[in-house]
Amino acid sequence: MTDKTMPAVGLETVGMTKIFGSLVALEDASIRVAPGTMHALLGENGAGKSTLVKCIMGFYQPTRGKIIVDGVEEIVRNPRDAMKLKLGMVYQHFTLVPSLTAAENLVISRPDCPSIVNWTAELANLEAFLDRMPFKVPLRTPVSSLSAGEKQKLEILKQLYLDRRFLILDEPTSVLTPGEADEILGLLRDMTRAGELTILMITHKFREVNAYCDEVSVLRRGKYVGSGKVSDLTTDEMAHMMIGDTKLRERSARVEQGADRTVLELSALFASDDEGLPAIASVDLKVKAGEIVGIAGVSGNGQSELVEVLSGQRDLDDGRIFINGQPFEPTRQHMDKFKVFGLPEEPLKNATAPRLSVAENMAMRSFDKPPISQNGWWLSPRPMKAKARELIAQYRVKTPGPDTPIQNLSGGNVQRAVLARELSGDVEVLIVANPCFGLDFASVADIRAQIIEQRNSGAAVLLVSEDLDEILELSDRVAVMSEGHITYVSPIGETDRNTIGHAMAGGH
Amino acid sequence: MAVTELGWTGVPLAMFAGAIRVSTPFLFVSLGECLTEKSGRVNLGLEGTLVFGAMSAYAIAYLTGSPWLGVLVAGIAGSCFGAIHGFISKLPKVNDVALGIALMMFGTGSAFFLGKSFIQPQAPHLPSIDFGFWTSIPQLKVALQINPLFFVGLAIAIAMSWMFRTTRIGLIVRMTGDSSATALAMGYSVDRVRLLATTVGGFLAGVGGSFLSLYYPGAWNEGLSSGQGLMAVALVIFARWSPMMCFWAALLFGAAGAIGPALQSIGISQGYHFFNAAPYILTLVIMIVSISPKRSLRGAPGELSITR
Ligand SMILES: Nc1ncnc2c1ncn2[C@@H]1O[C@H](COP(=O)(O)OP(=O)(O)OP(=O)(O)O)[C@@H](O)[C@H]1O
Ligand SMILES: [Mg+2]
Repeated sequence: MTDKTMPAVGLETVGMTKIFGSLVALEDASIRVAPGTMHALLGENGAGKSTLVKCIMGFYQPTRGKIIVDGVEEIVRNPRDAMKLKLGMVYQHFTLVPSLTAAENLVISRPDCPSIVNWTAELANLEAFLDRMPFKVPLRTPVSSLSAGEKQKLEILKQLYLDRRFLILDEPTSVLTPGEADEILGLLRDMTRAGELTILMITHKFREVNAYCDEVSVLRRGKYVGSGKVSDLTTDEMAHMMIGDTKLRERSARVEQGADRTVLELSALFASDDEGLPAIASVDLKVKAGEIVGIAGVSGNGQSELVEVLSGQRDLDDGRIFINGQPFEPTRQHMDKFKVFGLPEEPLKNATAPRLSVAENMAMRSFDKPPISQNGWWLSPRPMKAKARELIAQYRVKTPGPDTPIQNLSGGNVQRAVLARELSGDVEVLIVANPCFGLDFASVADIRAQIIEQRNSGAAVLLVSEDLDEILELSDRVAVMSEGHITYVSPIGETDRNTIGHAMAGGH
Repeated sequence: MAVTELGWTGVPLAMFAGAIRVSTPFLFVSLGECLTEKSGRVNLGLEGTLVFGAMSAYAIAYLTGSPWLGVLVAGIAGSCFGAIHGFISKLPKVNDVALGIALMMFGTGSAFFLGKSFIQPQAPHLPSIDFGFWTSIPQLKVALQINPLFFVGLAIAIAMSWMFRTTRIGLIVRMTGDSSATALAMGYSVDRVRLLATTVGGFLAGVGGSFLSLYYPGAWNEGLSSGQGLMAVALVIFARWSPMMCFWAALLFGAAGAIGPALQSIGISQGYHFFNAAPYILTLVIMIVSISPKRSLRGAPGELSITR
C-alpha cells in the first residue's frame, strides 16, 4: 500500500469456494475489481453472488480461497476484520436499527463511539459530513418512519461515514424507484470517478449496468465465467454469459378472450394502515375472466394495503369484495372455494413460514386435503415430499432439497417456490404484487409467461407493480393508484406511458 | 387551630400519599423490566425476585439492624435471579417467558421457605423524609412523610432515559433489543448485553421488594406481594418502554391502589374490596385499550418474544 495516490481500495478474490453441506454454492471464483471503478457482479438467482460477497466480508468463512486487498493477501475472519480493511457492504435487507434515529444509527455504528455522546457536537459533525455528501437524509427521524429510498441512502451514507473505501452493494436498487436509483447510482459513480471509492454492485438490471458500471464479472451456477469492460460487451453477450446456452422461455402469446364475465369485483373498499390512518379509500374495480388489470403507482400509495386486504392480512374498514357475484371473505375456506391465489410482495415475509422446509411451505395450500392428509387431520410426510419434489423440478426451484428451510434459498428461488405452490392448481383469481422484484432476467421472462398463461386459461389477474414496464407488458387494462384512490383506468391500447406517469404523479 | 377532621378533602390527600407509597415498588420493578425488555428479553420472574428481595431485605435488616444493608442485599439477590434468567435464556431453545414463570415460582417458593423464621420478629424500618415540618395539620404531616426510595426511583428513571438517549451503552441496549442481527454484525455480543441488562433489571426488582417489607406494608409475610411484579409487565407496555413514562404509570397504578385505603380512612368501607381491585382492573383496561389487532405496538423493541 505504498505508492497509493487514491483513497479507493482495490480487491481480488482467488479461488473462492463455499460449500453448504452438500451444496456447492460457489466454486473457484476469482474476480478482480480495480480501485476507483464501479464493477457489476451478474448472475442468475442462486448463482452464488451473495455468497461470494459475504465471504469477502467475513460474514461466511469460505471453504477455500484467498482475498487480496490492494495487492496484499489478507485474512478476513469476521466483518470486523473487513471493516479494518475499509471494506463495507450494504446487504440485500436493511441493517439499520428501526427505533433509533438516523443520527443514532450513524454514531453507534462507529467503532470509536464515545461512552457519553455529546449530541450537540455530534449533530454538528453529522451536518458537516452530510454537507460534503451527495445525498441527504433527515437525521432526527427514527429509521422506521423513513421511506425505502431514504433507508437505502442512509445505509450507503453509513458506509461512507465509516470511511469505507470499497463498497459492496447487494441489489441496492430493488427497493428504489427508477428515479431514486438513477440519483443514487449517478452520485456514487461520480465518487468512484474521483477515485474516492470502489464499488462492487450486484444487480439484475442491465439498464443500470450499461448506464453506470465500468466492468462486469459473471457467475453461473457458482462458477466464474468471465468478465470484461461494459463498453466492450453488448447486453446480449452479458446475458449469454449468465445463462449459457439455456433457451429463454418464449413470451406467451396473448389469446383474445371472448368472455365478458366479471369475476373479481371490489366495491368501495376502505382500509387503514398500521397507524390507523386511511390507506385505501373507496376503491372500485372489476376484473373480468381472462383479463389482467395492472395497478400502477408510486410505492406507498396504498397498493400494499390493497394486496393485504385481498389476501386477508388486513381488515377492511368498509366495502365488499365479490367473486362471480358472490360475497368473498379472504379466509382460507373462501380462497379454496373460489380458487383465489396470490403472490404477495416480499414472499419470504408474506407468503412463507421462513423456518419451515421448502416441502412444508409448498404444502400450505394442500396439507389438509388428500393425499397429504388422511381424514383431514393426519399428515403424511411422504406424499408431501413427493409433491414438493415434483414442483421443485417443474418450476426449477434451486434448493439443496425439499427439507431445507425455505429461508436458506436465494431470493429468487423463494419467489419460485411460492409461485409453484400458488399456480399448480386450478386458478380462478390471481393476485400478484411486484412478482419480479429481485429476479434475474430469465426468471422474469419465465414468471411473466406464467402469468400470461393463467390469463389465457381464463383467470382474472390483478397485478400490482411499481415497474411501469411490467404493467405495460402484461396488462389488458391499467389502473393508477394515488393516495389510496384509483384515479385513472384505461384499456392498455388507449393510453401511453406519459399519461400513466402523469396520473401516478397525482395529476388527474 | 388544628383541623382533625378533613372529611372529603382527606381523600385526595390520602390518595396522594398512598400513590407515592404504593407506586414505589411498581416503579422499581417496572424500571427493571423496562431495561430488560429494551434489550430484547422478557423477564416474568420479577414477581419472584420481588418477593425474594422483600424476604432477604427483611432478614438482613433484622439480623444486622441496618435497613439500608437490607436494601443492598435485596438488590444483590435480585441480580442473582436476573443473572440466572439471562444465563439460561441464552442456551439454545430456551423460551424466556417460560423460564421467567419457572423463576417466579422458584423465587416465591424459596422466599417462603427461607423466610419462615422471620415472619414474627420486628425488623427496623427504612426512615422517611419529613417534608411536612411546616404544617400542623396531622393528615398533611403524615402525607408529606415521603420514603427516600421513591426519590431514588425517580432519579433512576431520569438517569435511565438519559442513558438510552446519550450513552453508548444505552444505544447498544436499544440496538440489541430492536435488531439483534445488526448488533451482531457490529460485533457486539447480544447474549452478554441481555445478560447484563437482565441482571441490573433484577437488582432493581429486588430493591423494589425490599420496600415492601421495610417500608410499606413494612413487615415480612407470605401475602406481601399482590402481583406487583406481574403488573409491572403491563405497566411497561402501557409506558411504551420509556423510563419516564414508567414513572408516571407507576404513580397512576399507585393512585389506583390507594383508592381503597383512602376511602377507608374517612370511614367509607363500602366496596372496599372492589376499590382494592382497582390496580388489577386498571391493568386489564390498559391491556384492552392499548392493544388492537389493527395497530402494531408503537415503540415495542423488535426482538421481544411477546410482540414479535
Ligand atoms: N446459509 C445457507 N445454507 C445453505 N444454502 C445456502 C445458504 N445460503 C445460500 N445457500 C444456497 O447457495 C446458493 C447461492 O445462493 P446466493 O444467495 O449466493 O445466490 P444469489 O446469486 O445471491 O441469488 P439471488 O440473485 O437470488 O439473490 C443457493 O442455491 C442457496 O440456496
Ligand atoms: Mg442474493
